[in-house]
Amino acid sequence: MKASRRWLEAFLRQPLDPADVAERLGMLGAPVDSVESLGAGLEQFVVAVVTDVRPHPDADKLRVTTVDDGSGTLWNVVCGAPNVVAGGKYPFARLGTTMPGGMVIERRKLRGQPSEGMLCSARELGLGTEHDGLLALETEALPGTPLTAVVGGGDHRLEIDVTPNRPDLLGHKGIARELALSMRVPFRLPPIPEATTADIPPPERAAAEATVGGVRLAIDDRGCGRFLGAVIRGVTVGPSPAWLAERLEGAGVRSINNVVDVTNYLLLELNQPMHAYDAATLRGPAIIVRSATAGESLVTLDGVSRKLGEGMLVIADAERVIGIAGVMGGEATEVSDSTTDLFLECAWFEPSRVRSARRAVGLSTDASHRFERGTDRWGALDAFQRALRLLLTVAGGRIDGATVDCQPTQVHPPRIFLRPARVAQVLGVDLAWTEIERCLVGIGATVVSKPDDGRIAVDVPGWRPDLLAEIDLIEEIARVHGYDNIPSELRPFRPGLRVDDPAWTAAARVRAGMTALGLSEVMTLPMVAAAGDQAPKVLNPLSAEHGVLRDALIPSLLRQVEANWANQTGNIRLYEIGTVFTANGAKARPIERLAAAFVISGDRHPAHWSEAGQTASYDRWDARGISERLVALANPGASVQVEQDRWVFRNAAGEQVGWCGMVTADAPPWALPVFAGEITIAPGVVPTVGYQPLPVYPASVRDLALLVGLDQQIADATTLLLERGRRHELVAVAVVDEYRGAGLPERRRSVTVRLTFRATDRTLTDADVDRAVGRLCTSLERELDITLRSA
Amino acid sequence: MSPDHPALADLSRRLTAIPALAADALEAEEIAVLGRKQGELTRQLKALATLPIEEKRALGGELNRLKLAFEAAFAARRGELSAAAASAAIRDLDLTMPARHSWTGTRHPVTMVVDEIVAIFRGLGFSVALGPEVEPEELNFTALNFPDDHPAMDMHDTLYLDQGGGVPTGERLLLRTHTSPVQIRVMRDGPPPYRVVMPGMVYRNDAFDPSHAPAFSQIEGLAIDEGLTLVDLKATLTHFARTFLGADTRVRFRPSFFPFTEPSAEMDVGCRLCGGSGCPACKGTGWMEILGCGMVHEQVLRNCDLDPERWTGFAFGMGPQRIAMQRYGVPDIRLLYGGDMRFLGQFAGEGA
Repeated sequence: MKASRRWLEAFLRQPLDPADVAERLGMLGAPVDSVESLGAGLEQFVVAVVTDVRPHPDADKLRVTTVDDGSGTLWNVVCGAPNVVAGGKYPFARLGTTMPGGMVIERRKLRGQPSEGMLCSARELGLGTEHDGLLALETEALPGTPLTAVVGGGDHRLEIDVTPNRPDLLGHKGIARELALSMRVPFRLPPIPEATTADIPPPERAAAEATVGGVRLAIDDRGCGRFLGAVIRGVTVGPSPAWLAERLEGAGVRSINNVVDVTNYLLLELNQPMHAYDAATLRGPAIIVRSATAGESLVTLDGVSRKLGEGMLVIADAERVIGIAGVMGGEATEVSDSTTDLFLECAWFEPSRVRSARRAVGLSTDASHRFERGTDRWGALDAFQRALRLLLTVAGGRIDGATVDCQPTQVHPPRIFLRPARVAQVLGVDLAWTEIERCLVGIGATVVSKPDDGRIAVDVPGWRPDLLAEIDLIEEIARVHGYDNIPSELRPFRPGLRVDDPAWTAAARVRAGMTALGLSEVMTLPMVAAAGDQAPKVLNPLSAEHGVLRDALIPSLLRQVEANWANQTGNIRLYEIGTVFTANGAKARPIERLAAAFVISGDRHPAHWSEAGQTASYDRWDARGISERLVALANPGASVQVEQDRWVFRNAAGEQVGWCGMVTADAPPWALPVFAGEITIAPGVVPTVGYQPLPVYPASVRDLALLVGLDQQIADATTLLLERGRRHELVAVAVVDEYRGAGLPERRRSVTVRLTFRATDRTLTDADVDRAVGRLCTSLERELDITLRSA
Repeated sequence: MSPDHPALADLSRRLTAIPALAADALEAEEIAVLGRKQGELTRQLKALATLPIEEKRALGGELNRLKLAFEAAFAARRGELSAAAASAAIRDLDLTMPARHSWTGTRHPVTMVVDEIVAIFRGLGFSVALGPEVEPEELNFTALNFPDDHPAMDMHDTLYLDQGGGVPTGERLLLRTHTSPVQIRVMRDGPPPYRVVMPGMVYRNDAFDPSHAPAFSQIEGLAIDEGLTLVDLKATLTHFARTFLGADTRVRFRPSFFPFTEPSAEMDVGCRLCGGSGCPACKGTGWMEILGCGMVHEQVLRNCDLDPERWTGFAFGMGPQRIAMQRYGVPDIRLLYGGDMRFLGQFAGEGA
């Protein structure tokens, strides 16, 4: 909502500081997003007198003037305004002046005639919408006087962020009411300047049918709760008076003509949209509020032909639809310059009907914005009568017969019962009854009865459709009393009894582990351009780049690897923890899994000068190492297993929960290999570490060089050794070397394993260990055909 | 023999010479004096056995004192010599040569913010609750008191799941627009009291530009019990702000509107860039909006079968990305969605 400072001043009858207004409105729940100063920069302009006006030799619409700006030099200025006269005083932009739009006035030729400055209209100065001629200054000021000394300070336009529950703040009156409440001053509707004294007849009340000024009126759809109408004949459509145009301009609305401006004025002042039809175009003549039937259409005021949905709330005449109720009128019944007879409509429409219609036609207007938030159905009469008086004042004409007020059903504003005890229960403070009453009266509510049975009856004002229940009043009391006046003191509380979601704990554990390994966390968008067949699709993505929910994390991480390569960064260590999705049929929620993934490429550690440029790079064994850590943290009980030529992670039940290996990406020639792994986080319990007594007796260590087949897995040998060696006090087996090449039997490699023997009750002798090694070698040879290299 | 025995005098002289000995001479002298077989002092000690008792006592005491003194002198000289050798070796090094490091990882800056917020509320009795990211409309809107087809829905540009059509309104699946559905899940999961914080990813149909993202983190909190009031809300969140941003942080509450709270408020904190005098970051107001909050709406409680006459409470929510951008001075939200090592590297070691 754009509000004019001057318009608000007219309500409050005192000057307002826009910064103060912004502060007060903000503390009442309507923050001011910006304040625009209109007519700023006027100090560059001066008052000038035109001493001579001559026709332009080569242009009918232009004239050549001589301008005295008090500088001692007379300027030759070409002017297109019809109202320029010799002896008149006007705002003058000297050479070098910057206009509000940013244009700098320079010496130039217009149709061959030199022009040395510019005489200005109100609009060119940002002072209003008047553009039909120069701003004639009625002043005794001498040429050269700064313009600011002659015209008042400009207006301020405040952009107010109005929440959807507060339609009343979409009109200046509602904003003025809040300011008055905050400033503790009265406010009053501003008088209409030079208002007509003509009698505005009170409306005749009717139910769903009436006739007014010869027009038949029928309300056939209860989506219209109230309809006020009148026929005004003999109006003169033309420009609005300056005050009206300036008020609209202050609120950011352009002046169109006096009739349209009157409806816009009431929209902006009382939040009551209205519509004026050219009465001569109404067939019947009739106005019927009804629901649209299948196949109907309408060319709206913006010239677009729109198909109307069946059941849409519309305004029709005897033959056709002439408006979408509460959204926009039709082109065929539009008021034009030649219109003399008007039908003025002021109605209340069901907010949800207006909302569904404007969504269906995809057309949001100032009117629909207000109707769908709820206008004041009880205040419509005052707005309607003010509109008629304003219309007769600025456009002339007379009301044909009576005016009519159709209400198919009588509805009263809601009455709410308020318990002061409940106010204290929610707000935590015992407010004095007088303060509660001040707050309620301040927002326009009527306190019907004083508290005797512990509750107060409150009639809420019609402009506050958001106030429906006791809690709504309690919020109003808190708001008006001031949140700052509610104490802030921590009172005893009970802690919550829920334990942390185990997924949160597991994610934190994985995060700590990955960070400790030197990896950095990323948080990529969960929506991607493409994923697997089972990835759920988004119905209405803003961009196809984000049209699918990811079913895995690694693809997104690889895009980040490529982005790093594009920045000449080759050392990449990333991990991500996030949700991945799998479709689960059209009706059911997709399956969501919390997953963790990592990707590494580049140097294994930061390069050091001692390595002479030969820093080792990450290889698959690093990936396996990170994976083992990841598996232990993310999915307790799972393990890394070899399948074909890669590693997969399987949980205790044998289900695959992830994998790890070398991956490919769109790599530049200099890039090093990329390795990645991904796992489903299973929020299980990580086994508690159990203390083992520290060894007391020394260990004996033996290295064995084993001849292992090229198609054999060393894990088979180490497993066998550990199993068989247990009774020989073998406590650890480590692989310490592998050799492939010359000097070995056909299709064999040499793998050195280091066996550690240690007893818990004695020091092992060499003989003990020799005997054990001998037995183990026999087992290896017999069961796996693995022999000692030296043998 | 007596204390002025010539052997003793000789040993005393040799003792005083030790601090001047070079490394090899030191070793030779140690053997010559203390050696187990041929050492002069060892010999003297052995010879004691042949002496009469009074002499033995007098000379024995003297010899043992000398033995301790020699041991200390040899150890001290050895220490001096090895320190000198080490510093001589170092004298040839350039100690300004760079160190050897290992890679330092980091949590994401948004995670750091979330973890910090969680930690503060944990101290106020809250624990962590999570929920799914795809929800039916009922949980995301209806249960949270969004009236059907109401302008309040316009505040949430919702992303829906492609279900191929034919799903009735209310049951359609959407990407949650806030973490508030978790509030409903918690309240329907068991009786109060509740005190939970709910971090998670939420989705809006927004363009991906410097200040918007179609998915972002949110963290909400919910406290429900008998006797909780707006006073508790203000005190709890004020304490949070002061813990999170500094004990001297100024806080103010402004009325606002959310369908699921009433009364509703926004909490502002004093702008940390200008200290309250007004700057472009706070649009000249001296205040920065940090979170939305309010008393849980009666209808939301009823929607979870809780009696609002008995149970009251408050809820709040904030955006960790925005907070991270303010805290670390990140100008473009998209940096927070990328894996640029140059960006993340700046946070390495930061409370990791």
